[in-house]
Amino acid sequence: MREGLISLASGSLFGAGLAISGMMDPSRVRGFLDILGNWDPTLAFVMGGAILVMALAWLIQGRMIRPAMAGQFNLPQTRKIDRNLVMGAAMFGVGWGLAGLCPGPAIGALVVEPVSAGIFVVSMIAGMAIHRAAKL
Amino acid sequence: MTLPGFPNAMPLEGFIGGLLIGLAAALLLLGSGRIAGISGIAARALDLNKSSLPLLAAWLFLGGLLIGALFVNAFVAPIQSDFPSSVALLVIGGIIVGFGTRLGSGCTSGHGVCGMSRLSPRSLVATCTFIVSGMITVALANAAGWSW
Repeated sequence: MREGLISLASGSLFGAGLAISGMMDPSRVRGFLDILGNWDPTLAFVMGGAILVMALAWLIQGRMIRPAMAGQFNLPQTRKIDRNLVMGAAMFGVGWGLAGLCPGPAIGALVVEPVSAGIFVVSMIAGMAIHRAAKL
Repeated sequence: MTLPGFPNAMPLEGFIGGLLIGLAAALLLLGSGRIAGISGIAARALDLNKSSLPLLAAWLFLGGLLIGALFVNAFVAPIQSDFPSSVALLVIGGIIVGFGTRLGSGCTSGHGVCGMSRLSPRSLVATCTFIVSGMITVALANAAGWSW
C-alpha cells in the first residue's frame, strides 16, 4: 500500500518533469541527437538537473540501512559489462533516433497525442514481448 | 530564457523538469528502495520481466506518469508534442526500443538518470552507447533523406 502510494507520487513527479522539460516532444529529443544539424541541447539540461538530484539521493541512500517505506533496497547487482548490455543499448539508440521517443515520454505523451504515442507504445510492448519470447 | 546560439533550446525549463525527474527517482529510491527505470516498470506492469515490484505499484507509477503530464498540460503550460508523421517510423522505432531496452536492461531513466548518478560502470557504458547510436541513426536518416 505504502509502496503503491510512493509509486504513484514518483510517477506523477516524473511525468510532470518530462512534460515541463519538453521531453514529450519527439522532435525536440531528436533535435538533441541531431548534432550535425540544428542541434538542440535541451536534453542535456534535463539530464543534468535529474542527475544532480539523484547524485544527492545516492549519497543519502549510502547512509540508510533500509528505505523509508519498505523493508529493503532492491537495487541492480549486476556489474558485468557484457554483449547484451552494449547490443541492447545500441539498439535502443537506433529506435530512439528513428522516432525521437524513449519509454517514459512515449507513455506520458499518450495524454496529448494518443494515436501516435499509442502506436509507438503498443509497438514497444511488442518489442518487449519478442525479447521475452526469445529468452535472451 | 534562451541559450545564445541555440534559439530553440529551453535550458531553464529543461533544468527544472530535470530536477523534478531527479526528485521522482529519489523518492522511489529512498522511499521504496527501487530504481525508477521506466522500461523495466512498463515491462513489469505487463508481466514481461522478472521483478519483485508489485504489479499494482508498477501500474500506479505508469498512471502517475499520465497524471503528471495531464497536470502540467492543464495548469502549467500546454505540452508541445511534434510526432513523426510516418507510422512506419513509430512502429519500427517502438519495436526496437522495446526489444533494446529489455536486452540492455534499461533506458534513459534507469541507465541515464539513476545509473549515471550512481556512477555505475554498466550504466555509463549503456548511456554513452545509446546516445552515440542515436546520434549516428539521426545523421544517417538525415543523410538518406528520410522524411520524419
